[in-house]
Amino acid sequence: MIKIIIFVVAYLVLAPLVGGFLAGIDRIISARMQGRVGPPVLQPFYDVFKLREKEAITVNKVQDFYVTCFFIFVLVTGCFFFAGGDLLLVIFTLTLASVFLIVAAFSSNSPYSQVGAERELLQMLAYEPMVLLTAIGFYIYTGSFEVRQILSGDAMAFLPLIGVFFGFIFILTIKFRKSPFDLSMSHHAHQELVKGLVTEFSGKTMALIEVAHWYENIFLLGFVFLFFANGTIWGTVIGVVVCLAAYFLEVLIDNCFARMKWQVALNSAWIVALVLGMINLFIVYLV
Amino acid sequence: MSYVTKSPWVIHYDGSSCNGCDIEVLACLTPMYDVERFGIINTGNPKHADVFLVTGSVNEQNKEVVKQIYSQMPEPKVVVAIGICANNGGIFKECYNILGGVDTVIPVDVYVPGCAARPEAIIDGVVKGLGVLQEKRNAMDGNTAAPAPAEKEEA
Repeated sequence: MIKIIIFVVAYLVLAPLVGGFLAGIDRIISARMQGRVGPPVLQPFYDVFKLREKEAITVNKVQDFYVTCFFIFVLVTGCFFFAGGDLLLVIFTLTLASVFLIVAAFSSNSPYSQVGAERELLQMLAYEPMVLLTAIGFYIYTGSFEVRQILSGDAMAFLPLIGVFFGFIFILTIKFRKSPFDLSMSHHAHQELVKGLVTEFSGKTMALIEVAHWYENIFLLGFVFLFFANGTIWGTVIGVVVCLAAYFLEVLIDNCFARMKWQVALNSAWIVALVLGMINLFIVYLV
Repeated sequence: MSYVTKSPWVIHYDGSSCNGCDIEVLACLTPMYDVERFGIINTGNPKHADVFLVTGSVNEQNKEVVKQIYSQMPEPKVVVAIGICANNGGIFKECYNILGGVDTVIPVDVYVPGCAARPEAIIDGVVKGLGVLQEKRNAMDGNTAAPAPAEKEEA
């Protein structure tokens, strides 16, 4: 019980720190890839602190409520995950969080945020099957949806679930909001759709979304870690290294690709889910 | 210490000019000058911006647009007029549709002259604007009830 509390508190305290730090490294690596020097590594924190100092402007009162709900449910998702809870519950809470953000974007009648919200819905449609297949993959392999049980298994889930793993890495591009699938809201190219989903959010609300994004990133990297955890030190080390490598890969992909149409995002994500995910599941099921 | 000076996000608007200054503004973002070193990001959204870079003079057509962008930016905010056209109308000053510099419609905090203004001058101007941004932020702390000085001028 105490272990669970420690993990949850550690997630709540450390995730924004590590997430913001990773975002800073992301910006420096991206800058270096483009032949620039890039901002200081703490720049994402400066951005968030600055946003907190800005005047509060909201289109309507309800949008702040929805964004707060989004923030809380992202936290709840991570807490369930790091407490060793049920993977399905984790996934559905994450979906609920995303839905709150989309409703927040819809609630302000700006055409840009509406288009952003619609695209976010399409992105959800694209990544949800693969996320579910990942949970099912863990269930078929370890016999449990409980993160705690999956962690206590003594074999790495990576090799048997290698197809699921690469499928999950693929949709991570969508979840991290990286090119080529940053349709609804992009970290770069701020002119695109006037930042789509978050067009109407500014100041503290925007800061909340940014911090929620860091929490979400860490939680998703936790998912990647789950493929390698086997209760030993080596499993932990390999897991952390692969998490960092996956993050670097996403930054690389981000800088190598232009934004693609939503059809490409949807089709490719479903094809990957069906081919890599389903075939992998069938093989694990049969063997 | 306030963080507004550490992450100034800019929004860029071109009034009516020859585009020379716009190209120089965008040149600041290139690897050559790389203003992201100072945390400066070019946003397309006034609601996320702290610094309003205006190039070109204001005319009857875009007067409302400039006012609109300015009023959508949350406090504290700074306006930097870039290039001689944005300063006082420049070579377009005598045209029948031109109102003059940007300061004819919104309060301007920093003037960056030049035709076209060099990227170094633009960066200098923005950095100077950061000082004003800090002052405005301090004013907000001092008395949050009173409207910021910029808004008084607008009225």
